[in-house]
Amino acid sequence: MLKLYSIEELVKKAEETNRPISDLVVEYEMNTSDLAREEIFNRMAANLQVMKEAIEKGMQQTVPTKSGMISDEARRMAAVVQEGKTLAGGIVPLALAKALAVATVNATMGKIVAGPTAGSCGIIPGALLAVAEVKKLDDEKIIRGLLTAAGLGTVVARKATLAGAAGGCQAECGVASAMAAGGIVEMMEGTPAQVSAAFALALKNMLGLVCDPVAGLVEVPCVKRNAMAASHAIAAAELALAGIKSVIPADEVVEAMGEIGDALPKSLKETARGGLAVTATGKRIAEEFLGDGIK
Amino acid sequence: MEKLSIFEVMGPIMIGPSSSHTAGAVRIGNMARKLLDEEPKVMKIYFHGSFAETYKGHGTDVAIVGGLLGFGPDDERICNSLDIAKEKGIQVEFYRFEMPNAHPNTIKLELTRFDGTTLEVVGSSIGGGEIRITRINRFSVNLTGKYPTVWILHIDKPGIIAKVTSTLALNGINIAFMEVFREDKGALSSMVIQTDQDVSEDVVREINSFIGVKLCRYIQPI
Repeated sequence: MLKLYSIEELVKKAEETNRPISDLVVEYEMNTSDLAREEIFNRMAANLQVMKEAIEKGMQQTVPTKSGMISDEARRMAAVVQEGKTLAGGIVPLALAKALAVATVNATMGKIVAGPTAGSCGIIPGALLAVAEVKKLDDEKIIRGLLTAAGLGTVVARKATLAGAAGGCQAECGVASAMAAGGIVEMMEGTPAQVSAAFALALKNMLGLVCDPVAGLVEVPCVKRNAMAASHAIAAAELALAGIKSVIPADEVVEAMGEIGDALPKSLKETARGGLAVTATGKRIAEEFLGDGIK
Repeated sequence: MEKLSIFEVMGPIMIGPSSSHTAGAVRIGNMARKLLDEEPKVMKIYFHGSFAETYKGHGTDVAIVGGLLGFGPDDERICNSLDIAKEKGIQVEFYRFEMPNAHPNTIKLELTRFDGTTLEVVGSSIGGGEIRITRINRFSVNLTGKYPTVWILHIDKPGIIAKVTSTLALNGINIAFMEVFREDKGALSSMVIQTDQDVSEDVVREINSFIGVKLCRYIQPI
């Protein structure tokens, strides 16, 4: 019985049985939650629906958050994509717009799917849905990408952590980016080994990322970091699909992430007591915001 | 190791912006509402630690009130919960407080029912929307909201625990975790039983009828 304790085991089993990773993740979930195959697909489809609605809503957002730090960034990016005036063209700018949209909805108390956390909720929908839109992939394919991403994240939850307070932002946006990279490879029908490589390549490049939110809010640097991490997932998937491997295996990268998380000082793990949060501007914003209406 | 659903990693569907400061706070409110078993007339809400620092920015205030009104973590009414409480004539007060040795994301709730009786609940949001209820009135507990739960207040005397557990056994209900807490010998005790199966109304009624049992409340998983 597959337990999702190791990515290597997941890849090995997929290769041996000649099945996609998403199939094995579904079987794991059937054993874990007593849900039928169809119910699992339906539940992931419900997640996908919430992601799509958040993208739609976030792209129309104009009202700033209470702190004023985030307002219409997603709408701006979407407008440039719409006009065909982007620098990179294709999938990446679209992923930036979609990821910004979901993260903006989160910051303004809208409905999102925590994947793996609320603070990193824009990355997976941003990356996967941009690939799906440009490559014209159907919902079934996207759901398989989401299942794969969820399976990879489950291993991280077991081996390390998904909480910024325990591991810094590498555990949230770093892992979300790695999960998305693996999901994209699955959607593009890459091999199980390529899924693992994409995951490892993405996470390696996010190691050490700290959680230093201004005023303790899920806004700066979080919202724009969601966009950057979505583009990073696409880059990792691109490398993996070209057959580029990670020298350090995925499971060892996850272990390194956990170890780095433990070594990070508390001031850089969601306490808003270090990094960007204590810059001159960060402190000024925090004072202005916290001074507003709180006794 | 504990079971871990992929939907805990890709999910839950929730109102942002923070699993710990928003969704977790809603769930603490949901648990307290179930323990109270009716809509509170007065909600006194005390924030400790990180909750006290950033409760407005993360909407912890609207989240806890939404949870106490019975809204789930994905209910968009949460954003308007303060107005909804006001319309219902519910008195809502927020305070900051210090609780020694408590988790940084801790809330104390002092809730008053329509008949004037009160309930005090302390809960912590421990990350990713997961919660622990650590105190009900003066009784220490360790409730996660993940399992069907029976909360019993009873006189501390021989035989009551045996009667309750055998009633559950006879109804095919397996006990996953159980905690008994008393302040003094022979005084009022609290028994919290988390089970693997749902507990029917009949079973709850039966336990309630035992001599020495002052209250038996069933709390479905949230």
